[in-house]
Amino acid sequence: MKRLIATCLTFSCLATAAFANKVYVSNEKGNTVTVLDSDNWEVLTEFPAGNRPRGITISPDGKLLYVCASDDDTVRVFDAESYEELYTLPSGPDPELFVLHPSGNPLYVANEDDNLVTVIDTESHTVRAGIPVGVEPEGMAISPDAKFVINTSETTNMAHFIDTSDYKIKHNILVDQRPRYAQYSHDGKILYVSAEIGGTVSIIDIAEDGTPTLSDKISFEVPGVQPEWLQPVGVRTTSDGKWIFVALGPSNRVAVIDGQSHEVVKYIMTGQRVWQLAFTPDEKFLITTNGNSNDVTIIDVEAQKAIKSVQVGQQPWGVVVAPD
Amino acid sequence: MRHVLPVLLVGICAAFASIAQAVEIRATVFRIDYPQLAPISRYDLNPEDLGFAGAQLANEDNQTTGNFMGQTWTLDTVATTPEESDGAFDSLMAEGASIIIMMARAEDLIRLADRAGDGALLINALARDTALRDGECRANLLHVAPSDAMMADAIAQFAMWKKWPRWFLIHGSNPADTALAEEYRRAAKKFGARIVEQREYEDTGGSRRTDTGHVLVQRQIPVFTQDARDHDLVIAADASDVFAPYLPFNLWTPRPVMGSSGLRPVTFHAAHEAWGATQFQRRFEELTNRRVREEDYQAWLALRVIGEAVTRTGEAAPGALRDYALSDAFELAAFKGQKVTFRQWNGQMRQPILLYDDRITMSVSPQEGYLHQRSPLDSLGLDMPESACTAFD
Repeated sequence: MKRLIATCLTFSCLATAAFANKVYVSNEKGNTVTVLDSDNWEVLTEFPAGNRPRGITISPDGKLLYVCASDDDTVRVFDAESYEELYTLPSGPDPELFVLHPSGNPLYVANEDDNLVTVIDTESHTVRAGIPVGVEPEGMAISPDAKFVINTSETTNMAHFIDTSDYKIKHNILVDQRPRYAQYSHDGKILYVSAEIGGTVSIIDIAEDGTPTLSDKISFEVPGVQPEWLQPVGVRTTSDGKWIFVALGPSNRVAVIDGQSHEVVKYIMTGQRVWQLAFTPDEKFLITTNGNSNDVTIIDVEAQKAIKSVQVGQQPWGVVVAPD
Repeated sequence: MRHVLPVLLVGICAAFASIAQAVEIRATVFRIDYPQLAPISRYDLNPEDLGFAGAQLANEDNQTTGNFMGQTWTLDTVATTPEESDGAFDSLMAEGASIIIMMARAEDLIRLADRAGDGALLINALARDTALRDGECRANLLHVAPSDAMMADAIAQFAMWKKWPRWFLIHGSNPADTALAEEYRRAAKKFGARIVEQREYEDTGGSRRTDTGHVLVQRQIPVFTQDARDHDLVIAADASDVFAPYLPFNLWTPRPVMGSSGLRPVTFHAAHEAWGATQFQRRFEELTNRRVREEDYQAWLALRVIGEAVTRTGEAAPGALRDYALSDAFELAAFKGQKVTFRQWNGQMRQPILLYDDRITMSVSPQEGYLHQRSPLDSLGLDMPESACTAFD
């Protein structure tokens, strides 16, 4: 089996002449970032990343790695090649998740303690704005046209639609308990919001003019698994809109959802407490962070199968893959 | 920055009031302050804003959400004495209060719930007497405070998970202590533990504070606990705070202590950080300049129940909020890793119970493997067939 996988991997690499991409995994307890090679899934290195690194993202040119160092109350910025820390950004206390503008500037950070979304200029390293949102802001997303930034607030249970031109909230959509993560479909027509405690993913239709309407909710059911443990967290959608992948936390599964019918078609077993997800740029592989088993699971997207697990640092939390 | 916020918030409020119907909600925390002896530990001294502070935080949380929904939240607090409680409650009702978070003992709670009648919704944020969820339940009274039965079950499950089935039960001599002891006897039977030895520690009165009290205690407790039948742990049932804190380290036979000291079942504590609770702690400490107490968390939870019901229904009427809270649609995140909901047969909130050693969350019950047809949470406390409550039928 091992040999077979190796052959497949080599084959797919040759077939697409794909780049080997670096995969960066933040380890919440280990205070490090583990770097993997997407070609052979081997660990290249592990480097210190500040205290309690959680949210992690990379600049569009692949040069800068941004890490929410939650216990340091700052965003640390690393050289994605040399892993040297370059500088920090003023995120406010306890940053957890953020989203980068497609151009690489600015960075929108959820600031849980102050009920604010902080907008940070990544060039001047200053705060451009603080936008008051609901209680305990958490999930962050940006629409493909970059007109709206979404923040989900965990105790208010809303998705707030922030206009990126004037930093004003234009719409609020009530979702289920403890919304964790938001993700647009690539055509920008649907926003998916996971609610960890509610156990659902809300489907929010986005009209031409950007007006959102809650249209449906996806629920999860696995025989033999207590419904309490089916806690949706990370969400990723394929660019062709065919598939949605949802990490289900302590149930140790990733749900595969049909992008058209919104039916759950499969549950893929992963490591324990599966949290965040990232695709390789070619969308052939999906990487999941598994906080309680200290590993990441590599999922073959087309086969919808877990093909490998790789030990990383202690309590992996977030993951980002370098662009091609 | 702080000064700018209210202005910005008002702006948002004005912009979005139109999307939702304006709702005004006034809630009250009604607290009866009982004459009390000094606690054994200074850590247990009650702050003046006990409970009120938790409700204040919930009011702010609710208002933050309310700004997006066109809701206006007002919180009143009343502190009274047992003697003046009826009068204070009547004037509250006369002022039109109908959503009241209660911090009172069981006998006062029942009497005031009957005084309030059908038009009001009361939420018990304090009293743990199991009878309130049993034969003495009231239709207009929901409970966010867990029952003693839930607390005892939470400890029993952990003891059984540890495979410590032989219990030495030590209880106080006051009625509240013997009632608590009875909960542990019932829990032992429910989960297959055996009480191999029982002793009563008599409350002989006297002052709590003496300069070198530990000298005497250090001699008394070993003698009091000697020659007990072989046991795996000691269960302390000391609702009156007379002896339990003295047990650990002073026992004749070295054993862990659980219940009223050692490993204690609590709804919340100031060191709890899991499931996002750190944010709650920080908000609370910023607001009050002190650490959170269980009573504060329970008052917060009570008002958040109301907040959630108002947000989802758009209603402010007590009847509508009660119906929603008791419906299948209701769910609330409460920093416990899973949603909390209400038992429809007695108005008791289902909730995980933290097991706390006075420094950290040691474990959380229900324990792994305790399953239930509805929810593992229903393995704690009175299940539907066990409760004699008929007010919710």
